Amino acid sequence: MSTYSPKTTGSPGPTEETLDIRDLGFWLYLMTDAIIFSLLFATYVVMFQNTATGPLPIDVFDIKHVFAETMFLLFSSVTFGFASLASVREHKSQAVFWLIVTIVLGLGFISLEVIEFVGMIESGAGPQTSGFLTAFFTLVGTHGAHVSLGMIGIMVMIFQILIKGLTSPVKSRLHRLGMFWHFLDIVWIGIFSIVYMPGWLI
Amino acid sequence: MHPQSHSAKRLITGFILALALTLIPFAIVWTMAFPVELTFGIIALCALVQVGVHLHYFLGIDSRTPIENVLAICFAGVLIFLMVGGTLWIMFDLYERMM
Amino acid sequence: MLGRLGFDSLPFYSAVAFSGASVTVLGGLVVFLLVTYFGKWRYFWNEWLTSLDHKRIGIMYIALALVMLVRGFVDALMMRSQQAIALNNDGYLAPEHFDQVFSSHGTIMIFFMAMPFLTGLINIVVPQQLGARDVAFPFMNSISLWLTASGAALVMVSLVIGKFSTAGWTGYPPYSGAEYSPGVGVDYWIWALLVSGVGSTMTGINFVVTIIKCRAPKMRLMQMPLFTWTTLCTSLLMSFAFPALTVVAAMLGLDRILGFHFFTNDAGGNMMNYANLIWIWGHPEVYILILPAFGVFSEVTATFSQKRLFGYRSLVYATAVITILSFTVWLHHFFTMGSSPNVNAVFGIATMIIAVPTGVKIFDWVFTMYKGRIIFHPAMLFTIGFLITFVLGGVSGVLLAIPPADFLMHNSTFLVAHFHNVLIPGAVFGYFAGFQYWFPKATGFTLDRAWGVRTFWFWIIGFYLAFMPLYALGFMGMSRRMERYEMAEWQPFLILAAVGALSVLIGIFCQGMQLYVSIRDREKNKDITGDPYNARTLEWQTSSPPAEYNFAKVPDVQDIDAFWDMKQRGVAYAPAQDYEDIHLPRNTGIGVFLGGLGFLIGFAVTWYIWWLVALGFLGVLACLITRSSQDHTYEIIPAAEIEAHEKARIKALEAHKPTPGDFWS
Repeated sequence: MSTYSPKTTGSPGPTEETLDIRDLGFWLYLMTDAIIFSLLFATYVVMFQNTATGPLPIDVFDIKHVFAETMFLLFSSVTFGFASLASVREHKSQAVFWLIVTIVLGLGFISLEVIEFVGMIESGAGPQTSGFLTAFFTLVGTHGAHVSLGMIGIMVMIFQILIKGLTSPVKSRLHRLGMFWHFLDIVWIGIFSIVYMPGWLI
Repeated sequence: MHPQSHSAKRLITGFILALALTLIPFAIVWTMAFPVELTFGIIALCALVQVGVHLHYFLGIDSRTPIENVLAICFAGVLIFLMVGGTLWIMFDLYERMM
Repeated sequence: MLGRLGFDSLPFYSAVAFSGASVTVLGGLVVFLLVTYFGKWRYFWNEWLTSLDHKRIGIMYIALALVMLVRGFVDALMMRSQQAIALNNDGYLAPEHFDQVFSSHGTIMIFFMAMPFLTGLINIVVPQQLGARDVAFPFMNSISLWLTASGAALVMVSLVIGKFSTAGWTGYPPYSGAEYSPGVGVDYWIWALLVSGVGSTMTGINFVVTIIKCRAPKMRLMQMPLFTWTTLCTSLLMSFAFPALTVVAAMLGLDRILGFHFFTNDAGGNMMNYANLIWIWGHPEVYILILPAFGVFSEVTATFSQKRLFGYRSLVYATAVITILSFTVWLHHFFTMGSSPNVNAVFGIATMIIAVPTGVKIFDWVFTMYKGRIIFHPAMLFTIGFLITFVLGGVSGVLLAIPPADFLMHNSTFLVAHFHNVLIPGAVFGYFAGFQYWFPKATGFTLDRAWGVRTFWFWIIGFYLAFMPLYALGFMGMSRRMERYEMAEWQPFLILAAVGALSVLIGIFCQGMQLYVSIRDREKNKDITGDPYNARTLEWQTSSPPAEYNFAKVPDVQDIDAFWDMKQRGVAYAPAQDYEDIHLPRNTGIGVFLGGLGFLIGFAVTWYIWWLVALGFLGVLACLITRSSQDHTYEIIPAAEIEAHEKARIKALEAHKPTPGDFWS
């Protein structure tokens, strides 16, 4: 029934209105993700005493390591902020520069996390050991997977900026990727406050 | 987000606040300066404030944010409270009854 | 290379299983050959599968729902016939097969009949009720459709390759864990849920944003039609409840595949948390299914009582209250788990409170009918059938909300009778009413009335015959899900229930006949006005079927019954002076690919074909990156074409001289 011809193609261009629509949609997506994380948090709290024959939280958590991870992620949030700022001000090379810095910081975070995970698994504290470790690896690992996806997203955006320039669709995408990145930092606040710190205290 | 909410000053203010709110809990856990209950209280307070700081300074939530977006966040907040609160209540109640 | 997939996965071990597989394969083959024979692949691909038009996506959803309704009903028929004959003998279904049948019946009816049916109705109707030209995220809409379809495909494939889960539609561990269910069944179930669940979350987000942001500019929230309101609440529930299902299904998958200990007996697992998590999703899900049907009943009651809806505000508030309360009652699904009396009491009382707003709605519909001139269209018959039957189901629900009573009734056929008594009138009758009501809007011709009336009577009589005996059997102590029994006094009731299932079978046959007769006589039953019932809301202002862009001019909304109000003011069909170009999303096949990849990943994980899993995820990433790099995703319909199209419509209308209530006079 497509009787309309000839068809010209185009983009209505992200007007203020369509940007608002996408913003709301993305906020809703972030909130659904927040529900996923909060149920993983709840499960962790329910299970963190179920250490069975495995180690206790205090045996496997390293405060310095976690502090370093936290700093990487916090700094990357700010550098992404600078990238967004540069894109709003149409500074193409600055935006790319800050995105690359963000990726480097994100890589630092992920490497530390991988080192932590591998160390735990090698010392016999893998996710198959106890309910506590199952919940721990799933929660922290889900966050890590999100950060990794975010980094893929940043790489895609770097290419888009280099190839397409800072067009309005590109800026709009970069803006939402930034929301995603900042959101992950908020989840990390929960992880060090609910997972690691009580682990050292109890 | 509206371009006005982007400024280097805002980012740096947010960063300093976030850094402070991160350092406080790490410091008191590291030094064990306070009794455990008080430490927990401070950690929880810092975490909640820091979530607010991130939402405002990094995610740009302010009085100019469309009301729908704020409502979406609040609605999710209520549901997270119901789901997490309910889960903890139900599951710890079961723990106690099995002890 | 192929994981645990081998020749022994094919169902040559049982005649019943083999015939099920044959029917599935032959059915697929017949469709494939017919489309090939008529040379319609290009047409289907270009005009339907890749379409981002919300009306076509809606029609595809409903087609999926109807196919799965038949599949799920065959399961029901098998259970009823087995139980009718299985007194002191094995019947014709082996225990393991019977368990697969009830598991797939529940899974299919909830996820692949009800969900697509309601999503289809929402897709066809809501943008038009809003005076909008499209949904907020048309591409995401296509992904949702294809993820739902691939989840359904996973369940269907389990008939042919391997087996389905035997753990019931909620799959409780530890039984559903790797230790007790080592086969592929539970994995099929998990991935069907995961894949389609992501689709439902996206549908939820899509329609929340559509309703909040894409209404006709003058339409205030409190002027939205009731179906749109219930869609808004259902969409909120979908967005925020389905993540819980994703979490719990993923956890069970991790337990099974990677040996984690979320819900295992040993090493500090906690299987009670599974019941907790799945019902955090599961109870809101009940309202996801029912609220859109409530919306349909509201529209249908007002239209066919030829009156304005009674108590619009109270209906809106009741819907909103139900939305919030639905997140506060989940523990009533596991009262017997051993919580302390305080916990059980709180959730029991919350459950009873939910009955209050629902009762408000019942009164509103009854008062709408009061002193109205009721037209007994099949949609209205389903609505009246719902009103009476649903009250019974609701009352048995309030009874079950009392924890001590629940301890007696839990896991008995009383429970089975209760939730069918809520969901069949409360959800299925609502979808059928919507189907009868909006069919002409979606297709351009009306459904045959006589076959519709027959459908209704066979369904409702079948319902009572099938489920009232189950209430009695529950009191007599019969557990649910029994494939054989020794109590001779149960058998008469089970035979009666089987007769009820046969009556429903005739009802489904009547639906098929109705479709056949209506399509055969489509020229005679053409809906020229686009408003066959003299209805009240905006979707009836468009032509039937609507133009791609729905509205050439954004309607000027001044009232709750916006279209009725326009007809009163005589501006409903006023030609516009100037038309402008309209942007509509361009078709894309990426949604189909993503659905296919979802199927592939689910299938590969189920069978441990890890290289294929990796390939699948790479494919998903490639699709997403490709799409995120496309800037020109819209096409423009020039104003001149719109003008020509609209003028032709006005001409047809004038030739036809539309009079109010044309269809029924």
